[in-house]
Amino acid sequence: MKDMNVRTPLVEIKGLEKQFDLDQGWLETLKFRNGRITREKRAVHAVNNVTLDVNRGEALCVVGESGCGKSTVARLVAGLLTPTSGEIHYDGSRIDDLSRAQMQPLRNRIQMIFQNPYASLNPRMTIRQALEEPVRHHNPSFSAAEVREKVTEVMMSVGVDPTWAKRYPHEFSGGQRQRIAIARALTVDPEFIIADEPISALDVSIQAQVLNLMLEAKESRGLTYLFITHDLSVVEHFGTRVAVLYLGSVCEVADTATLFSNPKHPYTRALLSAVPQLKDDRPNHIRLKGEIPTPINMPQGCPFQSRCAFANNRCDSEKPKAIHQPDGSLVACHAVEENRLDEG
Amino acid sequence: MSLLSVRDLTVKFAMRDETVTALNGISFDVAKGERLGIVGESGAGKSITGFALMKLISRPGYVDRGEILLDGEDVVKMSDQRLRELRGDKMSMIFQDPMVTLNPVLTIGQQMVETLLAHRKLSREEARQIAIVKLREVYINSPEERLDQYPHELSGGMRQRIIIAIALLLDPELIIADEPTTALDVTIQADIMELLLELCQSNKVGLILITHDLGVVSQMTERTLVMYAGRIIEAGRTREIINDPQHPYTQGLINALPQQTLPGHKLRQIPGNMPSLTNIPPGCPFNPRCEYATDLCRTRIPEIAQYGEVQVACHEVQRLQAEGERQEQNA
Repeated sequence: MKDMNVRTPLVEIKGLEKQFDLDQGWLETLKFRNGRITREKRAVHAVNNVTLDVNRGEALCVVGESGCGKSTVARLVAGLLTPTSGEIHYDGSRIDDLSRAQMQPLRNRIQMIFQNPYASLNPRMTIRQALEEPVRHHNPSFSAAEVREKVTEVMMSVGVDPTWAKRYPHEFSGGQRQRIAIARALTVDPEFIIADEPISALDVSIQAQVLNLMLEAKESRGLTYLFITHDLSVVEHFGTRVAVLYLGSVCEVADTATLFSNPKHPYTRALLSAVPQLKDDRPNHIRLKGEIPTPINMPQGCPFQSRCAFANNRCDSEKPKAIHQPDGSLVACHAVEENRLDEG
Repeated sequence: MSLLSVRDLTVKFAMRDETVTALNGISFDVAKGERLGIVGESGAGKSITGFALMKLISRPGYVDRGEILLDGEDVVKMSDQRLRELRGDKMSMIFQDPMVTLNPVLTIGQQMVETLLAHRKLSREEARQIAIVKLREVYINSPEERLDQYPHELSGGMRQRIIIAIALLLDPELIIADEPTTALDVTIQADIMELLLELCQSNKVGLILITHDLGVVSQMTERTLVMYAGRIIEAGRTREIINDPQHPYTQGLINALPQQTLPGHKLRQIPGNMPSLTNIPPGCPFNPRCEYATDLCRTRIPEIAQYGEVQVACHEVQRLQAEGERQEQNA
């Protein structure tokens, strides 16, 4: 049965859009302009026409800078936000239009890990309470002993001593808390984990511990990850495929090895060149002009044009479509399409 | 003579039940125009070092002993009057978060002119002209207009560049930058770092760069101090330390980076956590996490000493060096 499904991606995101209204009430939409009162609505275009697949068993990393919409994508897929338009399919069926009750059976297959382990664990619940709650919720038939056994097993697997279960989150360090947050996601035996910057709040030596744990869980449980991060060295290590997001649009999707050895989109190239290297004495980073525009007044054409050294009239007026490249990557750039990048 | 000379600096915090030692007898020098990196994880004491240099440690913290000689003058014993003259003028500090460093109710111009007038006999117009020149140096477009804007009207990267411009306003000899780009995106970080490097080199300004990012230290600094639990555990030329770290903690820190392992393979992690300051283990503070620890390490604190090119605080460093050489010969 499962073999038949191997070909279809686990998650299909089609034309996903999300806008957040800036003006909350009717009064706020009123603007005084040129001597008269008009109504206008402003919205943050957080995610614009994003199409992505997550295949079974892979770790798809979504990278980009702050404000590029990567966390919004994660929250949309997890069902924490409702898309403005577009569709999300999970295991062949559409999930973005489900009611809370209809979504319920899927919740134990899809789990999420958040960035800040200080905020994602309830400070008034002991670790045992925090870990037992999801097990009991999703397995009402479990006896108390079975619940306890499950929690102990998961705590062992993430390297947190089960005898600590009586303690409260504030008694743990950041790295341990993030392990506990991962344990909580694993207690219900999910198949798909959405991790939103799970290690960026942690120190370097602790980051390695948590990344190792997530890699182990991937191997031993056959997990599929949607991994949101801004840290490219983590992507290179953890991801099997990468999607680069800029201002809510996908610039480039490629296998990790392809993306790092042969980045094509000018933004991907700039991003890779900006990572501080250990051994290289001389940074030769590509300096981007300007700053990231706000996603309120979106430029008409390519979202990256205002900072791109290769932008021309076409980029100004027409938004580039993602086009398949010979090496299998997907790139949305007129300059790449027209072969203007590497000339001269 | 070096520009800055720190000797046996010890900072303590008097808590309700006990007194914790946040900095434990650290000593280092910064030569004129030299760029020094201070690396470590949270709780290592790197930010406290930066604050202590500016005499910004406030109660319940205090400098217990040691001296901070800036051009021969001891900052620790300095009067408030003299400190006010020095801060911003001879040495200035760049903080982590550009959102909170600038005063939100004053325009950029007011903040820059205020700084200049506090230290120099200038007319308002002259000060404004200097501010414009400094903003141009940090690549701010149309600086005349920016002077009349408020911080909230500018992006994070622009704010941090303005903070750098303010730090450079009075041509200081030393800049202390505490995680100056941690709150910023990578492409902006790369711009800011390049700018800081360029300005320090062209104006011969000394820089103390406090960061957790070894990549940044590697690209920005000439010498590096590695800190752990309030002590300097390794010091030397940055290239030496990155390419051939001697202390097991430094080795662990560098090996734990994802770049150091083949993609998809298990990262070489350091077990355990940095001890909290209230609960530092006896002996070498790193010994519970160290795979080479011996009984000596568990009882006696290693002094920092010169081994070849670098200074290391580790009892076992000679044994490790010898073993490393043997392995190299066998290989």
